[in-house]
Amino acid sequence: MMGSLWALALLLIPGALALLLPRLRWIGAAGAVAGAAVGLVACARLLGGAAAESLRVHWSIPGGLLYMELDALGAFFLLPVWIVTALAAVYGVEYLGRHPRAPLAAALFNLLAASMVVVVLSRNALLFLAAWEIMALSSFGLVMLEDEKDSVRAAGWTYLAASQLGTAALLLMFILLGSAAGSLDFDRFSAAGRGGWILALGLIGFGTKAGFIPLHTWLPEAHPAAPSHVSAVMSGVMIKMGIYGLVRLLGLLGPIPAAAGWWFTAIGISSGLLGVIYALAQHDLKRLLAYHSVENIGIIMLGLGVGLLGVRYGLPAMAAAGFAGGLFHVLNHALFKSLLFLGAGSVLHATGTRDLDRLGGLVKTMPVTAAAFLAGALAICGLPPFNGFASEFLVYLGAFHGSTASAQGPVWGGLAVLVALSAIGGLALACFAKAFTVVFLGHAREARPQPARDPGPAMKAPMLLLASLCLAIGLGAPRLFPAFQYILAGRTDAAAQAAALGDARAALGTATGVMAVFVALALLAALWRIRRLAGRPVSQSVTWDCGYAAPAATMQYTGSSMAQPLTEFLDPVLRAERHIEPPAGYFPASASFVSHTPDFFQRFLYRPLTALGARLLAPLRRVQHGNVHLYVLYIALTLLALLAWSLGAR
Amino acid sequence: MTNTLLILILLTNLRLLISSRIHACVRWVAAQGILLGLLAVVGRQADITLLGILFALFTAAIKGWVFPWLIFRAIRESEIRREMEPYVGYNLSLAIGLAALGVSFWLGRRLPLPGLPGPLFVPVAFFSMFAGLFLIVSRKQAVTQALGYLVMENGIYLFGVVAVRDEPLLVELGVLLDLLVAVFVMGITMFHIQRDVESLDANQLTQLRD
Repeated sequence: MMGSLWALALLLIPGALALLLPRLRWIGAAGAVAGAAVGLVACARLLGGAAAESLRVHWSIPGGLLYMELDALGAFFLLPVWIVTALAAVYGVEYLGRHPRAPLAAALFNLLAASMVVVVLSRNALLFLAAWEIMALSSFGLVMLEDEKDSVRAAGWTYLAASQLGTAALLLMFILLGSAAGSLDFDRFSAAGRGGWILALGLIGFGTKAGFIPLHTWLPEAHPAAPSHVSAVMSGVMIKMGIYGLVRLLGLLGPIPAAAGWWFTAIGISSGLLGVIYALAQHDLKRLLAYHSVENIGIIMLGLGVGLLGVRYGLPAMAAAGFAGGLFHVLNHALFKSLLFLGAGSVLHATGTRDLDRLGGLVKTMPVTAAAFLAGALAICGLPPFNGFASEFLVYLGAFHGSTASAQGPVWGGLAVLVALSAIGGLALACFAKAFTVVFLGHAREARPQPARDPGPAMKAPMLLLASLCLAIGLGAPRLFPAFQYILAGRTDAAAQAAALGDARAALGTATGVMAVFVALALLAALWRIRRLAGRPVSQSVTWDCGYAAPAATMQYTGSSMAQPLTEFLDPVLRAERHIEPPAGYFPASASFVSHTPDFFQRFLYRPLTALGARLLAPLRRVQHGNVHLYVLYIALTLLALLAWSLGAR
Repeated sequence: MTNTLLILILLTNLRLLISSRIHACVRWVAAQGILLGLLAVVGRQADITLLGILFALFTAAIKGWVFPWLIFRAIRESEIRREMEPYVGYNLSLAIGLAALGVSFWLGRRLPLPGLPGPLFVPVAFFSMFAGLFLIVSRKQAVTQALGYLVMENGIYLFGVVAVRDEPLLVELGVLLDLLVAVFVMGITMFHIQRDVESLDANQLTQLRD
């Protein structure tokens, strides 16, 4: 426990110093790296099988207790927190450069990292909620870093409103959990027959942070608005705190409500499919990535859903593979999604735009960024030999176990998951084929005063490190399996779980071996090509141009045109708005095509709801008249009434 | 002796409610602060310590000299009018003050604290708080709001002297520090507000709502 506390101090003190000594631009990031080094050692011990450590210190707040504990599950969730925040902090130093608010950003960033660590460690509802709020507020501050832009302010308020609503649900949930036990400590919680309500509130509260559909609307707004290294942390790590909360809640509930597995699976299918479908229609690189976060949260929920169905129907193999896959995807998504956001940040840094249709051809001038982005793209599509494959494989395996069971329930659940997961994978591949091609391949669509260059070492190193971690975890996944024994302890029957994990490990080992052979073959083919081409003239020429002699860079396929076959097909879901001015006559003077895809839930659910709320609450504006005297009078009258009530009642 | 001091404090509160001059008000608040310092010594004759006396002197110095000085300076620099500019007339203020006094005595009866040196402590403490709140609510100028907070704090201080027997110094020191900051902030914001809104009428602050 002391290790984690030291790590927190290492994060927070340099964070505060960054604000006090704005000349030392590196100090915040140095603290994040040092904290991560210490914190990761503590996590590694727990994942190696050490016993959980806890700490209880008196806290003067009623019902509060500074009660923290580090167990294997917590240590597993802290892995991405430490790794990604440290790398993103280093990246952020160069990314923000001499931005006037860089010191503030460094301080808020370290506060955000520390609050996430405390969220994972805390075992008291008040401590948890306090850390949860600090996490929401510090990330809100980071989203609003460039609040001189209208779009950023709008995104920030959307985010703040969403996260406050989520916290309100959590508050109710903790009250329900704590009222039966008479204590707000996690180890004394009891659901007392209200498990369904508690889980529903947890799904709303934690789901808002995690960003399942339809609670995701803040995500595609806030991620593009934040600086890229912050988007990396928010999308890679912070939304996982919602998943952490759900997994922790499942452990606290005692008997899990029977329908929970179906709820999780349904959420997983809808978030996964809708997330990737919306991603496909985006033109903004970071917005596209944000929708992919919704998709990947869906995959994680699918894994957890498969696990819960396995528990419900007494299929330990299905349960173990599902839980392990879902949790493993938490780590993997954190790594590749932050890698992709850092890559997108480098592109934005070098070109000044996130608009897909204004980019292009960057692989020639930004080879390192392109390679790193490609690694992330392959990983997020679940392609071997990267890490996304390993975790999605486990979810598939769990679903297969379900679909071959004798009972009806798991068969349908397993089949639904299999169909959804393969559709998600296919669409994700299409989407990243589009994103990578449009941004990095072809020719630049706009002339730039200077060619876009790869960033400096402080931005390159984190990307390369994350890319190699994605590859290393993809290749070494079977070696990580023993840790899942500790992480999943108590979820299912231990012996059956060990056997199931052993099976999964063997299957994954085979798959890894096969793909190693394919990688070797591909490398051989590449070598052969190089040998064949050696000593021969190699020249570049334009692609076949249908006989038109003067092709221009703007005639390349755009992002929208690449995705068009799919978006047309999916239009009943997407409902894109298109403004078309077709060419008229033989010598058309002008023609234009504009399309954008506003979020369905934003348009048809939240906007009417918030408008209704604003209308209903408008009379209350009269109470907020700006007159300080009367505000104090409100307080005084309330106090007097309370005093009279409490003393008069005696 | 204790009761005499308490009654004097009570009377200063009433005086504050009917005073129409800001300068007079500041002086009465200063006088109230010094009375409180005396009370801290006299009210605990039995168990007074050297530290206690020092602390009482310190309080009297801050409340009777530092705060008034800061407020006088703020008044001088911001060139505001010398009148209290009430929303509620002085006679009505007095009537409300007397009603609040009645409520305070009722509350004091309902809230018997053990080990009090006299029966007046709790009512006077409540009355000071009410008077302070009333000043904040019923006077237009921003300076009077600072004065109101000071009077309210004096009420809290009275509780601090009696109710928190174990660590009154620490509690009170904390409150005093808060207040010092509050007066500073008030001074600074008054200055800024005057520069921006060109008036120190707290009524004009409605311009600042969103």
